[in-house]
Amino acid sequence: MALSRLSSRSNTFLKPAITALHSPIRRHVSTDTSPITIETAVPFTSHLCESPSRSVETSSEEILAFFRDMAQMRRMEIAADSLYKAKLIRGFCHLYDGQEALAVGMEAAITKKDAIITSYRDHCTFIGRGGKLVDAFSELMGRKTGCSHGKGGSMHFYKKDASFYGGHGIVGAQIPLGCGLAFAQKYNKDEAVTFVLYGDGAANQGQLFEALNIAALWDLPAILVCENNHYGMGTATWRSAKSPAYFKRGDYVPGLKVDGMDALAVKQACKFAKEHALKNGPIILEMDTYRYHGHSMSDPGSTYRTRDEISGVRQVRDPIERVRKLLLSHDIATEKELKDMEKEIRKEVDDAVAQAKESPVPDSSELFTNMYVKDCGVESFGADRKDLKVTLP
Amino acid sequence: MAALLGRSCRKLGFLSSGHGARRSVSTETGKSLNLYSAINQALHIALDSDPRSFVFGEDVGFGGVFRCTTGLAERFGKNRVFNTPLCEQGIVGFGIGLAAMGNRAIVEIQFADYIYPAFDQIVNEAAKFRYRSGNQFNCGGLTIRAPYGAVGHGGHYHSQSPEAFFCHVPGIKVVIPRSPREAKGLLLSCIRDPNPVVFFEPKWLYRQAVEEVPEHDYMIPLSEAEVIREGNDITLVGWGAQLTIMEQACLEAEKEGISCELIDLKTLLPWDKETVEASVKKTGRLLISHEAPITGGFGAEISATILERCFLKLEAPVSRICGLDTPFPLVFEPFYMPTKNKILDAIKTTVNY
Repeated sequence: MALSRLSSRSNTFLKPAITALHSPIRRHVSTDTSPITIETAVPFTSHLCESPSRSVETSSEEILAFFRDMAQMRRMEIAADSLYKAKLIRGFCHLYDGQEALAVGMEAAITKKDAIITSYRDHCTFIGRGGKLVDAFSELMGRKTGCSHGKGGSMHFYKKDASFYGGHGIVGAQIPLGCGLAFAQKYNKDEAVTFVLYGDGAANQGQLFEALNIAALWDLPAILVCENNHYGMGTATWRSAKSPAYFKRGDYVPGLKVDGMDALAVKQACKFAKEHALKNGPIILEMDTYRYHGHSMSDPGSTYRTRDEISGVRQVRDPIERVRKLLLSHDIATEKELKDMEKEIRKEVDDAVAQAKESPVPDSSELFTNMYVKDCGVESFGADRKDLKVTLP
Repeated sequence: MAALLGRSCRKLGFLSSGHGARRSVSTETGKSLNLYSAINQALHIALDSDPRSFVFGEDVGFGGVFRCTTGLAERFGKNRVFNTPLCEQGIVGFGIGLAAMGNRAIVEIQFADYIYPAFDQIVNEAAKFRYRSGNQFNCGGLTIRAPYGAVGHGGHYHSQSPEAFFCHVPGIKVVIPRSPREAKGLLLSCIRDPNPVVFFEPKWLYRQAVEEVPEHDYMIPLSEAEVIREGNDITLVGWGAQLTIMEQACLEAEKEGISCELIDLKTLLPWDKETVEASVKKTGRLLISHEAPITGGFGAEISATILERCFLKLEAPVSRICGLDTPFPLVFEPFYMPTKNKILDAIKTTVNY
């Protein structure tokens, strides 16, 4: 069939999906509130712990919410792509389309008291934590109404009231930070956990292993999630890692390998991990996922992988299509209803973009604010802002 | 700015003065190259002339994110030109080890903003190796290359100028070229210098700066500053991409009758104090400009040293036009940068002091 024409390397990405075609989906007649049990397409692989069950408890309401949230995230990233090409977004922009299942699956398993900290590919994680579209677009375009008041940009989205600790530019730097958050949660007896997200590229940073040791030594409720999209910028995992089994890299820390394109599998794994972390300390979740865009908007994404591979994954493993099939096969929604929902979402995103475009840029005095608690009262004026007046507090 | 850069680079001619060395290279013709091509040529020559030299770092195999290492892996093989995983501390430490065995390790750090995980290796290992082993061992063959500086939209982590941190470390050298021809000669000198060197490349100029670069193997000496524009009223000192901005300010100042002398420091550690001193003794005024934040920037060191040496000859306080004391901003970059107008303003204020 067509699948055999794909290169052997692409097959590693398609294997989980091919299994999916063979495993049966249980059909239930459902109402909005009654629970449904769905089998994950791919079994979990574990290291030093038991695997969670492949049967995920969910409901038609939840699956529909998955669809809506993922479709919104997908639309947002595509809109960001166009805005970047129109030079309304400048700097660096790292898009998450393809990986949406991770953001929504994780949210379904946790509360806003649990903390999430991630790398620079943070737009969808921010939305998952309850961030508004208009705040995201404003921040991308560097406007005052952005979630970081226009001072952070694409790589630095934060949301304090939802325990979203951002948005980090330096690869791997968020990992020890995340373990620190977990320590605070344990100390304060919060009964909450921290999800520390990093990529396959960051998995080779020394700070990961330092943080893992500390987390394991002190039994911190830290869940380290390796978003393995198989490419660290342009370098494939087999070329950068001696052991690409990232869930085993913790050695003495248990790990779980999860199909990251299946929102239900992600939910199950995160639920399992949270229970584990609260009782036993750190655990690693390796999410097998894929990004359709290149590393950033400056990367076409096709010099180190074939277009066949990208379209292959899109055809067979796309997270939104998987949920769409579930909704249709379980008669939760009709095709027309889903298409209408997508149209609504498109309009929602376009409206948010338009609103964000109208927002003002931050005032130039903001250049000096929030460096210290009490800023030094610096003002700039004169030709090209050359003159500075400083009034110490 | 882009168009001016191309023209002004070709205008930067050679002017001999003070302790500046005679360099016939600047009058030679060659091929028109941009900065990344010139650096690429230097790397080809370095690897060709010494079979024990290696180039490695993140993504250098396919040519690097700025194309500086194009063609090296194909020509010299994957045993000499190879990619490393994403671990700056490991990469530099590995380079120090390789250099300690008598090889030339040419390490690339993808952006100077990411050099900090390797800071311990550079400061505590590379800089002190010869000293603490009583000259039994050294890692002189180590050269670390990193793109630095503003690029218009780089934000916090793709625009930093960290040279000041490294200038504070005895045992290493810090070199910054201003143009393609300079870069090729300086990089070859750095690679062949028997001391560990950190070589910062102005990323804004990778494509923008175009100059005639001689095709043969040539070196430009380290620790020798160059007077690139002669004048009598004020001395301006800078390095890297900032020199182009300063030159524009000099041209504007000339229209108002102020004659500016512009010096390219080239090597920041150890820096050529004599050339700058001679110039300031002639003009009586000094202005230093760099992109890095003003407090604790390298301009402070130059200012203090010149004050010690030329106190009685100074007609005005030393002026520093630098980046502001904030993290490198995103949308506020135009306010943060030491622009031509800020420099021009300072020139006039200093001259009229």
